[in-house]
This record gives sequence, structure tokens and C-alpha cells, in this order.
Amino acid sequence: MFNQILFLYCALVIISTGLLAVRFKNPVYSVLSVLVLFFHMAGLYLILNAEFLAAIQVIVYAGAILVLYLFVMFLVNLRQELKVERFIASHRVSAITSAALGICLLAIIPSFKLGAKGAYPVERIQQLTHTKAMGFELYSTFILPFEIAGLILLIAVIGGLVLARKEREEGCNPGTDTCEVKK
Amino acid sequence: MIPLSWYMVLAAILFSIGTYGFLVRRNIIIMFLSIELMLNAVNLNLIAMSHYMDSLVGQTFTFFIITVAASEAAIGLGLVIVLFRNKKTVYVDNINELKG
Repeated sequence: MFNQILFLYCALVIISTGLLAVRFKNPVYSVLSVLVLFFHMAGLYLILNAEFLAAIQVIVYAGAILVLYLFVMFLVNLRQELKVERFIASHRVSAITSAALGICLLAIIPSFKLGAKGAYPVERIQQLTHTKAMGFELYSTFILPFEIAGLILLIAVIGGLVLARKEREEGCNPGTDTCEVKK
Repeated sequence: MIPLSWYMVLAAILFSIGTYGFLVRRNIIIMFLSIELMLNAVNLNLIAMSHYMDSLVGQTFTFFIITVAASEAAIGLGLVIVLFRNKKTVYVDNINELKG
């Protein structure tokens, strides 16, 4: 009973903050409402006995990714955003399309059938603790995807550095700040 | 005990909210934020299903999705900074140079 009330509260907050996030005029408000959404998503993970993923959700999503969004938002022009139109010209068509997609997704849910049971019932996860069980699974069955994930993060670091670098103009002397002005 | 279909309904609604935001907004940063909403909907679905199937495969997959989302945010926002430096705009309908 308590779990159901908690689920309904989290679902209500997630849907309303999600709608607010795509409707707010000020993008900073959008990012902050997505922050609230991520915290309630972590609450849902706790109901589902996934403590490690709830912690990861708060640390990585709320702590790292959203702060990155806020920094980039402060780098680009915010003053302009409050004055101009926030939706594209054909936004009614887009709304109808996404509503149709939502109806299709909701309509196919009753035909879903759960597959065979796996090797980790709730009691075993609680006995092992969730982090340890995830660790066993990650470092034995999924060791190759784990390595590939490390490679993807390395590519992201290099790509971020290369993209954010300012291009040096022709005729600049590396090591000094002086550049010859080209006519 | 919460039925699995509640989680799936919530994930479907959140996914279509993300699609709506991606299709409707002009600001490219909010479009990236909508992609994060869609990824979160998928994560919720995976975790709920793996909990009800007594398996950890879906939760491990969520771990990888979070990794990919972090690198996608880093590279995508780097692209946004380059775009703003070159074109002085973050609005997608002003960036139409490939149009015929």
C-alpha cells in the first residue's frame, strides 16, 4: 500500500515536471524541473530494489549531466530566449504526432508477456546486496561491453576537448599570445 | 505489490513527452534535454522488467545506457558550443543551409 502511494506520487511528479520542462520559456527552469524529475526517477528505482542504480542516477544524471547542460546554457545567449518564440512553426503537427505515438505505445502494453525467470530473485539480491550482485554480473557476463563503455567514455573526453577548442588562426605563434594580423 | 503495467504506462507517457519536446522546441539544448527524458523512460522500463523477471540483465543494460547518455551529452553540448561560436544561434530553424 505504501509502495503504491509512493509510486503514484513519483509518477505524478515525473509527468508534471516532464511536461513543464518542455513547456517552460526560460531554459534554466526547464533544466531545474528535469532535475526534480531525475530525483523522483531515483525514488522509483529504490521502489524496484535497485539501490546502486538510484545512486548512479543521482550522481551521474543530476550531478554531472545536468550541470553540464547548465554550463552550456550560460555560455550561449539566454537574454534572447525570453523574447523570441520557443516553438517551431509546425508545432501542432508535432504535438499530434507525439500524441499518436503515445497512444500506440499505450495500446501495445496489454499484449506484453513476461519472459522466463532469471537467476536473481529479490531475496538473493538482498542477501548479496545490490551493488555486489551488479558487480558479479558486470565483471563476468558483461566484461566486453564494460570495456567498450570505457572506450566510449574516452572518445567522449577526446571529442569534447577537440570540439570546444578554439581554432588557432593562421600566422599565430604557438607559445606566445601575439598573433600577426592578416590583411 | 505494484503491477508491471503501471511502470510501462509511466514509461510510455514519459517517452511521448520526450518526443513532443524534441519535435516542438526550437532551442537545440532543450532538444537534447528531451532526448535525456526519452532515455530515462527506457531505463525505467528496463529496470522494472528486470525486477519482475528476477534478472539483472536489464539493470546492467541501464548502466551502459547511462554511460552512453553521459558521453552523448558531452559531445552534443560540445557541438552546440561550436555551432553557437560559428552561427551565433542555437535555434534549429535558423540553421537551414543544407536546404536545396
